[in-house]
Amino acid sequence: MTLQGALYPILWLVVFPGFLFTGVVGLLITWIDRKVTARVQMRVGPPWYQPFADVLKLLLKETIVPAGSSRLAFLGAPLVALAGAVLVSTMVWVALIWPEKSFVGDLFVLIYMMVLPSLGLILGGAASRNPLAAAGASREMKLVLGYELPFILALAVVIAKSGGAIRLGEIVARQNAGGAIAASVSGALALIAVILVIQAKAGLVPFDQAEAETELMGGALIEYSGAPLAAFRLSKAMLYFALPVFAVAVLTGGIHSSVAPAGMVLDPLKVLYLVLKIVGVIVIMVLIRNTNPRVRIEHAVRFFWGPVTAIAGVAVVLAIIGRAYGVAWL
Amino acid sequence: MGLLIKALAKSPWVFHLSTGSCNNCDIEVIDALTPRFDAERFGAVLVGSVRHADALLVCGAMNRKCVPRVKRIWEQAAKPCLVIAIGSCALGQGIFRGSYAVGEPVDKYLPVSAYVPGCPPKPEAILLGVVKALEALKGK
Repeated sequence: MTLQGALYPILWLVVFPGFLFTGVVGLLITWIDRKVTARVQMRVGPPWYQPFADVLKLLLKETIVPAGSSRLAFLGAPLVALAGAVLVSTMVWVALIWPEKSFVGDLFVLIYMMVLPSLGLILGGAASRNPLAAAGASREMKLVLGYELPFILALAVVIAKSGGAIRLGEIVARQNAGGAIAASVSGALALIAVILVIQAKAGLVPFDQAEAETELMGGALIEYSGAPLAAFRLSKAMLYFALPVFAVAVLTGGIHSSVAPAGMVLDPLKVLYLVLKIVGVIVIMVLIRNTNPRVRIEHAVRFFWGPVTAIAGVAVVLAIIGRAYGVAWL
Repeated sequence: MGLLIKALAKSPWVFHLSTGSCNNCDIEVIDALTPRFDAERFGAVLVGSVRHADALLVCGAMNRKCVPRVKRIWEQAAKPCLVIAIGSCALGQGIFRGSYAVGEPVDKYLPVSAYVPGCPPKPEAILLGVVKALEALKGK
């Protein structure tokens, strides 16, 4: 391997689609979320640098490790969450921008990576030796059990529609050439299921039971202070950006291949279209967050195993029928 | 340290601590966080866990049963952490002065950065108290 070949993946992870880019854009998106929430409640809302000030303050504050907690798990859990969020974002963006660069089976790797932030929360909550944190960790565990089933069914639709492709780059490239999966009936149903699932994956109201401020005083995060809390908040902000991008990538494709204007690598109009799609998914998430109360954990699990799984299941059946009979719109 | 103070002044997360108050100051503290006054303009949000707190809003006459618990909560907060005493009771025990149930005011136990008088103080006064405490912190 040449030096350049070894440097590029590191550059991707640390700078462009990875840590820096996702962190900055993710924090800006949490600011937009807070600002929109404020406007909905007829308030002024925080200034644009608010999430950055929050994270900077937490990074510099004292870190307390509770007596009797497992030090390694307590301090390691935020890093697991952060690593998961960075990897998800990097892999999705690499597949979006350079579809030929992704590897076979990375869709499954992504499914595992997306559980890492939740796993970090569960680990940290369980390690912090606090009954409320343990309650938060157990709620997060139930939530993961709830949303993984419809999520995998919805991704089965994507695999069926793109002819058994399990490489994210191939899924994106197929849609770039032949139109979005979400334009078909099964794809639209899968998109609904995926948006509901990423709402829970990002830990937003109505599915924020794990860190319910009003009943569990922060839940799994109750004992966290200083830099580890900053890492958790950063990973949540990154997920707020990476998960909508993932939904857009698997169900509507990336930058559609076309003849770019002379002298340009990418067609600016197509890039704008991609950005608008991502913003659209984020707006839907913010609206769901602002118009719903937090539901109880058993209601959340029932919701995911009931209606959402039903939607995703119908979508899988439609996709398979459509494929067997060659009906593209199903 | 300078950077930390600057960032903290832009995002003071408050934790509400009642030391046996008559509930009136507590209601006014909650009022200060409602959309009408919008404390989030200054980055102030109410947090549920004292580990996340940058400022303790202490109200109440500090009765004897509360003293060890208040001290414990102060020890659990991640430093630097401000203490803002709210209401006549927290400042000088108010109408509870001389009662067998109360010991001494808040500033005998905790390093108080700002005092907000009133029975109860207005939400505007509480916000002003937080802002003044932050300014004092920056001036240090």
